[in-house]
Amino acid sequence: MSNLPEKFAIEPERYEFRAAPMHQFELARRDFFKILGAGIAVFVITRDVAASQETAPGSRSFHNEELPKEISGWLHIGEDGSVTAFTGKAEIGQNIRTSLAQTVADELRVPFESVRMVTADTALTPFDAGTFGSRTTPTMTPQFRRVAAAARDLLIGVAAKEWGVAPEGLSAANAKVTDPASGRSLRYAELARGKTLAQNLPAEDPMTPESQWTVAGKPIPKVDGRTFVTGKHEYTPDLRLEGMLHGKVLRPPSFGATILSYDDSAAKAMTGVVIVHDGDFIGAAAPTAHETQKALDAIRVQWKEVPQISNKEIFAYLKKNAAAKSDDRGRRQKGSVEEGLASAAHRLDATYNVAYIAHAPLEPRAAVAQWADGKLTVWTGTQRPFANRDELADVFHLPESNVRVIVPDTGSAYGGKHTSDAAIEAARLARAAQRPVKVVWSREEEFTWAYFRPAGVIEVKSGIASDGTLTAWEFHNYHSGTSGIDTPYVVANQRTEYHAVPLILRSGSYRGLAATANHFARETHMDALARVAQMDSLEFRMKNLSDARMRAVLEAAAKSFGWPRKKTQDGQGFGLACGYEKGSYVATCAEVAVEKSSGAVRVVRVVESFECGAIVNPDGLRNQVVGAIIQGLGGALFEAIGFENGRIKNPHFASYRVPRFRDVPEIEAVLLDRKDIPSAGAGETPIMSVAPAIGNALFDASGVRINNLPMVPNGLRSA
Amino acid sequence: MAKTIELEVNGKKYPVNYPPDTPLLYVLRDELGLTGSKYGCGEGQCGACTVLIGGAPRRSCQIPVSSAAGKPVTTIEGLETGGRLHPVQQAFLDAGAFQCAFCTSGMIMSSVGLLQTNSNPSQSEIIQSLQGNICRCGTHPRVIEAVRQAAKMIQEHGR
Repeated sequence: MSNLPEKFAIEPERYEFRAAPMHQFELARRDFFKILGAGIAVFVITRDVAASQETAPGSRSFHNEELPKEISGWLHIGEDGSVTAFTGKAEIGQNIRTSLAQTVADELRVPFESVRMVTADTALTPFDAGTFGSRTTPTMTPQFRRVAAAARDLLIGVAAKEWGVAPEGLSAANAKVTDPASGRSLRYAELARGKTLAQNLPAEDPMTPESQWTVAGKPIPKVDGRTFVTGKHEYTPDLRLEGMLHGKVLRPPSFGATILSYDDSAAKAMTGVVIVHDGDFIGAAAPTAHETQKALDAIRVQWKEVPQISNKEIFAYLKKNAAAKSDDRGRRQKGSVEEGLASAAHRLDATYNVAYIAHAPLEPRAAVAQWADGKLTVWTGTQRPFANRDELADVFHLPESNVRVIVPDTGSAYGGKHTSDAAIEAARLARAAQRPVKVVWSREEEFTWAYFRPAGVIEVKSGIASDGTLTAWEFHNYHSGTSGIDTPYVVANQRTEYHAVPLILRSGSYRGLAATANHFARETHMDALARVAQMDSLEFRMKNLSDARMRAVLEAAAKSFGWPRKKTQDGQGFGLACGYEKGSYVATCAEVAVEKSSGAVRVVRVVESFECGAIVNPDGLRNQVVGAIIQGLGGALFEAIGFENGRIKNPHFASYRVPRFRDVPEIEAVLLDRKDIPSAGAGETPIMSVAPAIGNALFDASGVRINNLPMVPNGLRSA
Repeated sequence: MAKTIELEVNGKKYPVNYPPDTPLLYVLRDELGLTGSKYGCGEGQCGACTVLIGGAPRRSCQIPVSSAAGKPVTTIEGLETGGRLHPVQQAFLDAGAFQCAFCTSGMIMSSVGLLQTNSNPSQSEIIQSLQGNICRCGTHPRVIEAVRQAAKMIQEHGR
């Protein structure tokens, strides 16, 4: 995103910042063709590596040698004309299996149906740090464009040689190379036949401009849709291997509990049961889940538990235990906040609190592990297959080459499936059982032993001039993170700091990361400031914004919503919010209805405009945007993890409320397609502005300003 | 203690030998290999395991296998006939009413159950009957649209 101002440089969230180093890539070229059959293969390598090669890689073919280590994408055209493209990214419901195939088909000039994506398999796909940070579209789209463009050139070259003509005059379309001079043509399948031709290239080839896309940019339905509506798609929990056992882990009663005494004699006496007690790991595996549970129930363990803080005191705790010095990441300083505050006509300070929430993906964490000849294969629903592989290799003292991790298309993740817990558990039990073992976490385990979006405290100090111009902005985030921490508004005097706090509950990535917390605080605060300035909140934002893309999404959302709107009934309220993160822009307008007698809150309508550059698949994008709005409703209104003394108090869907059909408002997603801007990701940003837009509408409806997420877990009591 | 009972699933009879209180879901998935019905919570809260028992949508994680004996059970695998999708399946496909699709089997089975007793449900009746089905990806508006489309298809062409 070279056209972005420096302050918008994309920085990995600290919880995501666990990227493994680039690793040795074991697959040799000859193995590659052994797996895929003969044909034509093209690999794209990163620019840095290309520059360091002795010969120009663009013209170099390689034979029977290791593939370059820094390959980031590759593509194979088989003798039957089938196209297979490989990426280490995982399909977790965000629809990349479809959108990336569109990109390949578009650039290679083949029908969409002929492209197959192989994803997230450490033995077959290039190294990838993980499917997070909305990085799949901005990184993989240009890479697949380049690799497909190079493959096209290669096919043209083969045809030119065949015909004894210059390649410049030939053209490629509809999976054929054509010579316009003679009218003759050869299908890609014919050109690939009998070849084992491979080429690597630097990641700089010219690509088709967004305005000339033909397959990309279209609302192509989800690949394999039929396998999902017929129940045939096999998610990790659906896999069944010959002789497989069902494994389960005996969890401590609370976080940090240690074993005082242990007796598994009764469990071990059961037939067909394998018990593992290794350090603080206790697990069992048996032919049926029922037998496994019976065995675990028969194990006698005494635990030593430790007192721990509860959700009631968490916000005071975060403030008290913050690092003395703010973190380098997130620190911004401009002008003098003190002077800006002193010169302000109005000042407004506020504190915002954000609770821990859970991802609660409908497919729980799961893994199937199989050992053979000292080699380990694990199928698991993870966003980080290569990191899982490394962790497995580490835990079991294996070379990475002896571990393979395969990710079946997964029942969602939302940032929650970075770790390799289930994979390690299944592998440990499988090693003891000497048979394949499947571990599927229960919903209660999911809610307890996964990890959470961290809680946070945010303090804001601000000042405005009498005409509504921001004069000072000071923003401190405690614990929740740095994503979206920078204000997009023009403020001469500003200070932004992030204060780390040691983890209390196991915390990590979540769709949008801390951007939701930071946008909630900032956009709620901006709404309150607009009230102080006695300005319409859209007008107030516009006055303090110069970024044309931000202004455009705000205008688009306001227009579709009909902002400003007049209230026509009691308890009605309207609010808006906007934001920028990870290369994309969002603005949300919300209408709420508050029933004064009961305090019941209903979100009536949400209009959200979103702009992420050139749209690759408007249908998939609409699903992601609408989905983010609905998921965002939960964290905005009622989702919160309760905890006390190392126990989760609401580890069930009955006690942890997630949005359901009755909670869903009328939704309109306004997608702005900018063909002149490279495509950014869309999985996260659309969630950020939902909570503040609703909160601002609640204030408009009731006069009650709520500075805590979730806002109304028990309704709006004081309305 | 395990005792052999006979289950009728998707028109086929299966003798199964499981403890009678075992949830039907586990028998379907682990014994019969019908993994289209999903485990999402095991507590009857998410609807991912929904099947039809005697034509009515039920949470198979809450139904002891013994009480399903003698009643026709239909799972997502049993909806397709002769390679032709059930109208509800077709409508979900047409509407793109899924993202990760882990909830989809349960959503479809709940919707089939609804349309069997109410061929022309209102918006609020659709919402009411799907309230027990969780979609974490937030595809609810398209699911509602798919059920409407399916109702139309069934009215026009029959099942």
